[in-house]
Amino acid sequence: MEKYLYIALFAPLVSSLFAALFTATPKKQFVGIVASLLIFSAFVASTILLTHVLGGGEIVHVELMTWMETGNLYIPFGFVVDEISITMMMVVTLVSTIVHIYSIGYMDHDTGFNRFFSYLSAFVFSMMILVMSDNFAGLFIGWEGVGLCSWLLIGFWYHKESATWAANEAFIMNRVADLGMLIGIFLVFWNTGTLQYDGAFAAMANLDTETLTWIGIFLFIGAMGKSAQFPLHTWLADAMEGPTPVSALIHAATMVTAGVYLVVRSNELYALIPNVGLFIASLGAFVAIFAATMALVNRDIKRVIAYSTLSQLGYMFAAAGLGAYWVALFHLMAHAFFKALLFLGGGNVMHALSNELDPFKMGGLGKTMKGTMIMMTLASVALAGIFPLAGFFSKDLILEVAFVDHHFIIYTVLLLTAGLTAFYSFRIIALIFHGEDRHTALGFHPHEAYKFMLVAMSPLLILAIIAGFTFKMPYFEMVTQLLPATEYHVHSQVAYWIMTIGTQLFVIASIFFAYKKYMSPSIKVPDGTSKMENSFAYKLLINQYYIPYFYEEYLVKPYRELSTILWEKVDQKIVDATVDGIAGLIHATGENTRDMQSGNLSTMLKWMVAGTIVLLSLAVVFGLSVRYSGEITTILSGLGV
Amino acid sequence: MMEIGLNHYLVLSTILFTIGLVGVMRRKNLLLLFFATEILLNAVNVAFAAISHYYGDLTGQMFAFFVIAIAASELAVGLGLLILWHKRHGSIDLDTMTSMRG
Amino acid sequence: MFEAIAFYLFAFLTIAMFYITVTTSQALYALSALAAGMIFISAFFFILGADFLGAAQIIVYTGAVMALYAFGMMFFDTTRDVKEKQGNEFIVVGFATFAAVLIVAIFAAPLVSTNMTAFYPMVEDAGNTQQVGMVLFTKYLIPFEVAAVMLLVAMVAGIVLAGKKMDKSLTLMNAEEIELLDASANTKVLS
Repeated sequence: MEKYLYIALFAPLVSSLFAALFTATPKKQFVGIVASLLIFSAFVASTILLTHVLGGGEIVHVELMTWMETGNLYIPFGFVVDEISITMMMVVTLVSTIVHIYSIGYMDHDTGFNRFFSYLSAFVFSMMILVMSDNFAGLFIGWEGVGLCSWLLIGFWYHKESATWAANEAFIMNRVADLGMLIGIFLVFWNTGTLQYDGAFAAMANLDTETLTWIGIFLFIGAMGKSAQFPLHTWLADAMEGPTPVSALIHAATMVTAGVYLVVRSNELYALIPNVGLFIASLGAFVAIFAATMALVNRDIKRVIAYSTLSQLGYMFAAAGLGAYWVALFHLMAHAFFKALLFLGGGNVMHALSNELDPFKMGGLGKTMKGTMIMMTLASVALAGIFPLAGFFSKDLILEVAFVDHHFIIYTVLLLTAGLTAFYSFRIIALIFHGEDRHTALGFHPHEAYKFMLVAMSPLLILAIIAGFTFKMPYFEMVTQLLPATEYHVHSQVAYWIMTIGTQLFVIASIFFAYKKYMSPSIKVPDGTSKMENSFAYKLLINQYYIPYFYEEYLVKPYRELSTILWEKVDQKIVDATVDGIAGLIHATGENTRDMQSGNLSTMLKWMVAGTIVLLSLAVVFGLSVRYSGEITTILSGLGV
Repeated sequence: MMEIGLNHYLVLSTILFTIGLVGVMRRKNLLLLFFATEILLNAVNVAFAAISHYYGDLTGQMFAFFVIAIAASELAVGLGLLILWHKRHGSIDLDTMTSMRG
Repeated sequence: MFEAIAFYLFAFLTIAMFYITVTTSQALYALSALAAGMIFISAFFFILGADFLGAAQIIVYTGAVMALYAFGMMFFDTTRDVKEKQGNEFIVVGFATFAAVLIVAIFAAPLVSTNMTAFYPMVEDAGNTQQVGMVLFTKYLIPFEVAAVMLLVAMVAGIVLAGKKMDKSLTLMNAEEIELLDASANTKVLS
């Protein structure tokens, strides 16, 4: 089994290095194909490992080599395949295989084709390290690796200023959060003396609650940054500047869920500190509704889907915070399938309309893009949580968890969010595919994406449909080998049915409302004059609660002013002036003594004699002072020096 | 005054060396410059021989021999270069040699 | 007594000859005065009992060096007055005096102040030449051989430098001229 572990881990690295060989050359089709094949081999290896784990086999645990060994510190490059990491491995390799194949078509006309595959595979490699590592240090390497690749990919079109800005924003915000994470890891080592998961968690049971709380908080700060939880959420929406396959892979399915993975992986820690868990759940619920409201009015397909991702991450944290780790992981998996599908469908639409993102300028695309329409509609149905698609099983489970644990505020918030989710999902579906044709007037001539792209997306479609009712019980069996096996059942049968059917009816009502509102022929491209657009609520939402504005005004601008002052006053007046002064002095000396080098031998001989005299005088002076050092000291001390 | 000691020879050597240095500095003709360097070497030889005599040690004389040998080699190479320069430029004036101008 | 007379006489003559050497504007005068100065220098060696050194001085300097200079001068236009651009004479003489005094002070100071013991003392019952030979071929054998090699090298260098074709510089010529040179060299070999 170790062989398959290494294949799963290193095939993406090989793929990345292979593609990197061609980064400076024009587009080569085979680069994309080879990269896709290598990622696919990683997927196959993961599948074999999955059957091994499902068959009740031993946990595969390898130690590649020692990384650090000094004093008490021992950190190996260790990798583990257990029930948690295999879930993540399957999600990562499956989605990335599909995204790789999809990208062959999507990046077809891009000059950075080869470079794109290099970055994408490097991301997969980092993500595999993140999820497979058996210690916090390895996790941190992968954590930083995915951050770097995310930066590279968001800023992939580096000639666009908005893209580089978004990349830097994402990177810097993640660094802020990573500091917290790093402190958390230090605390773990300080208090338990090891960074291995098993050793560290075993030692944590003996620590006092206060220490554990601090560890939990700091680790969660890292998770907040990576999973874009409030208040570090602004980067995720801006990250949509990157190519759409990147948004599908990194900013929907895999990287942003790393925070959830961290909390699930540290379940033994968070089980000991239920207060922090409750805080995580509350924050998750808040982010769920907070992001969903922002998605209601946004006029950018990708941003709407991004906010939806944020909202779903909130769900996952709510579940994880309440102790239902396996539910969080299950929702993570299901979400990866339908959200990646939604993004890739959005990519098709964008591609068809020359990167137009405003759904108000589309309308009636269902006629020309039938395949994409079906896929996106089904993905939205899954996202909304309609029976029997994947979202129903994972999302309603979270609602149940909140209900059963008597956290009724969280339950209400999440329920409300479910309605909002359905509304905004079908708002864009209705605007894009149905209603009046508004795009022809704007000069767009849409066309369906390549056939193989649609074929590549189909596994996601199938999974989005069936993942719920086929996987739920086997997955529960498997993952609870490692995670607390809490079954969540509403005690009274009647209440259960009322809840379920009520939720379904509420969601379906939202969908119909969205269709009714946005399919009407009177929909125009908003021009800022309608009554709704001038209402306070709309302005608040379209400006993302003025949080980016707040950051810009109260964090970025003062920092920039401080930097300017330091630059002008300290750097230019003191540091630069000193350096320039030294340089000027040397330059002036050289300029003045240049005349010595007249090239005339006679003059040079005179200088030579002068130099000899100076050196000889020095020799005499020092020789005398050494010889008469005793006398000189006496005289000087007599003078009182 | 009548008794000649080491100091007399050293003073003589100093005077000769001074004359040599003056020559080195003021001569503009390369050939005459060589003459001046020969004077420098001879001045040093006198000092060596005198010290050797007054301390009863042969080392000074040995050094004087080697100085003579070096002077001879220097002359051979220097004169060769001098002839070469004269062939190429038709002049052995020091002021014409300014290719090292910085 | 006679030693003192001889010293002062030869000191005066040497200084006068060398003074002429560095001040005269006639290259021939300078050469002659230098040769005379060299011979007077050898007189000091004889006074100091370094007979072999004195003989070597006369043979090497007056015989070989001066003859070589005389030959060298045949290449140059020596009848013409040597043009001297006069700089500040005071600075030149001041520099020279100061430097000379310093050098002598440095080398003589340890001799005067401490009682040195001889490394290779004079042997009482042997002549100067014999003594020199004994030291030169025992303690100074390797420097002696190195000096011999150096003289050989200098000889080869002198011949090559003054020889033919050395008046052309490959670095100062352009490509065509070098080609022309090569071509002429080849034809000479062939013809």
